[in-house]
Formats: sequence, structure tokens, C-alpha cells
Amino acid sequence: MTMPPQSDQVPVVIRASRLWKSYDEGTISVLNGVDLEAHKGEAIALCGPSGCGKSTLLHLIGGLDKPTRGKVLVNDKELGRDRDMVHFMRHEVGFVFQLHNLIPDLTMEENCLLPAVAAGTPNAAALSRLQELAERTGLRHRLKHRIQKLSGGERQRTAICRALMNRPGILLADEPTGSLDEETSSTVFNLLLDLAHTESVTLLMATHDRSLAAACDRVLEMHDGRIRTDC
Amino acid sequence: MIFLRLILVNLLRHKIRTFISIAGIAFSVAAMITVVTVLQGAVGMFSSILSSGSEMIVFERNVSDLFFSDVPQAAKNSIATWPMVSHADAVLFGVVSSADHPIITCFGVTAEDARIRNATWVSGNADPFANGGNLVVLGERAAEFLGASTGMDVPIGHGTFHVIGVIRTRNGFEDGGVFMPLEAAQKFFHKEGSSVITIKLHNKEDAPAFKAQVHTQFPNLIALEDAEFSRSYSQFKILKATAWAVGGCGLALGGLGVANTMIMSVFTRIREIAILRVNGFANGQIAATIFGESAIVAITGALAGLALGAIALYALKEVPALHGYVDVTIHPALMLIVVLLALLTGLAGALYPAAYAMRIKPVEALRFE
Repeated sequence: MTMPPQSDQVPVVIRASRLWKSYDEGTISVLNGVDLEAHKGEAIALCGPSGCGKSTLLHLIGGLDKPTRGKVLVNDKELGRDRDMVHFMRHEVGFVFQLHNLIPDLTMEENCLLPAVAAGTPNAAALSRLQELAERTGLRHRLKHRIQKLSGGERQRTAICRALMNRPGILLADEPTGSLDEETSSTVFNLLLDLAHTESVTLLMATHDRSLAAACDRVLEMHDGRIRTDC
Repeated sequence: MIFLRLILVNLLRHKIRTFISIAGIAFSVAAMITVVTVLQGAVGMFSSILSSGSEMIVFERNVSDLFFSDVPQAAKNSIATWPMVSHADAVLFGVVSSADHPIITCFGVTAEDARIRNATWVSGNADPFANGGNLVVLGERAAEFLGASTGMDVPIGHGTFHVIGVIRTRNGFEDGGVFMPLEAAQKFFHKEGSSVITIKLHNKEDAPAFKAQVHTQFPNLIALEDAEFSRSYSQFKILKATAWAVGGCGLALGGLGVANTMIMSVFTRIREIAILRVNGFANGQIAATIFGESAIVAITGALAGLALGAIALYALKEVPALHGYVDVTIHPALMLIVVLLALLTGLAGALYPAAYAMRIKPVEALRFE
């Protein structure tokens, strides 16, 4: 089991125990007994070769998929058993994907407000939060622009805004800079890290970029569906 | 607002597909409105023939069609003397033919009948009618298609009749009909009585007592108030059922169009639905976007269909051959029913797509697209 290096006093937000995930009736095994703990406000990078199970682990922690065996506890409540998954998705977790996964026909503002709409957040509160996030991501001037008009970096920053809209405690980022050039990658990553720290969000980020991973509080190396090293 | 935008964005993204879907519903609604209104108008016109200047109708019990009803003259004579009865008119319905027109409705009436007394005379007058004999009064349209005018002799069926006048009515059946003195019609159709007796009472509240007395004294006859007759007459029921069935089939086809559109809509945006799921949209909210789309299509289509139907009815009204047969009044209740039916059809068409959308697993949709 991996442990956070910096603090035992900070509460554990995510606790994954003996997570297994396989497909096609067990013939394809993706995760082979992963244990993981993440503390509040901690930024963790998941590194490893393609197919090692990084994305699958994020999906299981985010409630997008169910483990074949094992369990994920978020704030001591097991996903899929003790938790209302809709409430969890709306209020406790945010996702940033490699492909931004924004709705192209909507504006940046409308895309960012989707989680607020889903959660039924009052309009004034949602708009105020959006202004705050847009300010911090430098996208205020892009609020009324359609997604097609935004650059790759702006799209990914929009995706970050959207993910943080409902003030989740957990941010899961799956190769968030994978489709960006080096300079933009660095900008987006620093923004992600900065926002995660200032909002006390627990960040789990899958990445191939070692230099970016090194800036996180912890780096977990995955291989063949297992966490090999924790540094 | 954004929820509505999500719905509209998808409809606007595939404008042609949306338009075709709306057009499908619109044509279905227009067909339903047109067929139902025309047939209801026809039923209304036939009812108004029966109720001309009267409140009740007496006819032979258990006949399938009033053309087959035979009310004895003695019954009419007796009923006319009842204290509660203000006026009783025997009317004989028959179908005659002429060279180019195989079906012309014939009314055998007395000179006291409201149709003759209150008619608008285009030419001639009612005076000779009381004398009886082989004479006829023609409805304006009948005069037109028979090529006849006042003073001429016209061949009708196996006889020849002298035209004493032409009258104008607002009723298509009457306007295309032939009016004969009752005795002449009885002779022509080999009947001793009449098809119906139309009754006007001194006091409408005597209707139940009148019906009871008819039942007691003439068990083979039945008396109904006009509205009651319109509701219960089997021919009217068949016509109305046919209209709704034809319209319903049209609407069902429109509904299939909506279902097809919605299925395509869901299949082409699986990824988008997955994004909504990831952002916290519950199954109900996902389904609401699908139902919202189909509701907008259905309601827009229904409103366009109402407009199209109204245009079609006005166009039909202007067709000379249909003059007087088409009532262009679309009842508000019918409009409401049709819009609701269209909405229900649209929502039914969205059931499967909505169910499919709710089963989309975001992790698969986002991974493979």
C-alpha cells in the first residue's frame, strides 16, 4: 500500500483497496490488485507505459466504471454501495480528459455551466463561480465564444473550469496535456496544479510527461496493472 | 436556459433532418384536421337537415339507416295532435339519379316544412308547392349540375318533374338536393309513410315526456332529441370513427418519423451524452433532453399542421363541387386534441431513443470515439 510522504494528519480522501479490473470474462486483465490512498489536497501523478491501467484506475476512482474486484472508498464511503453516484459525479469529482470533451456547438460559458445545470445550482451562484474560474484561467474574454473558436490550450483550460465548476474534492485528469504542444502543456499543467492546490482539491493525473509529473506531490509508477513504485 | 439550448442545439445541428421530421408531423396533423373536420362538417350538415326548425326526431326503431326508416302516416297524424307538440313535419328521404349524377338526395316534404317556408328563393316561389303533383324545388347546386332552372322539366330517375323554383341554402346536402311534395315523393319511392317526423315542442322540457309517450303508443318508433340523435346514430359513429382512424394512421406515421429522427439523434451524439453523464447529468435529465427534442418537433409540427389543415379546408371550400359540403370551422377542442395527440406521438417516438441514451456508458463512449 502506498502512503503519502508529506502528512499523516491530512485526511484520506480516496482509498482504493485491492482493485482488479478485467474484460472479456477475465481474459484481458487491466488492473491486478491496486492499492492507493490519496490525501486531501494532494497532487498525485500516475505514470507508466500505455496500457498499464492508468486511465482504468482513474475511471474506477471516478465512478465511471466498476471494478471486477476490490473497492474504492471516497471519504470513507464505498462507491457503488454507500454512495449516490449521481450526487458523487455532480459534487465530488471532476474530470479532465486528453481530448477536452467539450460540446462544440455550445459556448465556453455554456460548456462550463453544464455541471451547475446538472446539479441545479442557482444561476447567480453558478455565474459567479464561472467568473471566478474564467478569471483564474485567463478565459474571461472567451466566455461567449464557441468551442470551435478556441485554441487547444483554451479548450483544455475550459475543460478544467468545467471540472472545477461544482467545487469537487477530487480532480481526475487523464493525460490532460497529451494533445498539447510543450509550451501550452506547461501552462495548462501549472494552471491545473495551482487550482488544485488553492482549492484544496485532491488531484490524480495520468501522464507520460515525467517532467510534469515531477512537479506533483507524489509520482506513482504503474506497470502491468499494478503500482510498482511510489516516490 | 442551457438545458433548452442543449435541446435546440441538437435540433439545429441537423436542420434538414429536423425539418423533415416536423414536416412529417405537420402533414399528419393537417390530414387529421382536414379529414375529421370535413367529416364532422358532413355529419353536422346532415344533423342540421334533420333538425331544421325542430328539436326532436321520430323514426323507426332499430333501422341501420334513416333511408330505410318507415314511419306510418297515422303516427304522424296522431303525434301532431298531442298537446305538447307545437309542430310535426313528416320528411321522406330518398336517393334519386339523373343522367350524369347517380346519387341525388331527395327530400319529400310538405309545404309547411321549414326548408320550404324559410328558404331563400333564387327563382320561383313556394306557392305551387302546396298543390302537389310532379313538381320539384331544386337546391342551387342541384340546379347547376342538372342544368335546370325554374319553369323547366327535368328528368329525375324514371320520371320527369317540373321545376317551380330554385332555393339557396348553406347546407351542402340540401343545396345539392331535390325537394318534392311529400305525396309525390311517397308515390315515387313507393312508401306510404315517411322516413322521419321532425318535432317542435311548445316546451323543450317536455322532451322526456314526449319520448315516453312515443315509446308507449308507438313501440316500433323511437324519439330522440337532435343532439342525442347525432351522438347515437350509427352512421355518424362510423363516419367519425373512420375520420379518427385515418387521422390516427397519419399521426402514427408521423410518430415513426419522429422515432427515426430521435434514434438517429441519439446514435450520432453518443459521445455528447457521455459527456453530460460525466458532468453529473442523471438518467432523468438525459431522457429529458431527448423528450424535449421530440416535444419541440411534435408541437412545432402540430402547429404547422393546424395551419396547413386550415389552408387545405379553405381550399376545399372553394372547390365548386364541394360547395356547401365543407365546414371550415376547426373546433378548438379538436385543435387541442390533435396537438396533444401529436405531442403524445412524439413522446412515444422518443421512448426507445431515451432508454438507449440512458444506457450509454460514458467510459466506453469516451474511450472508443
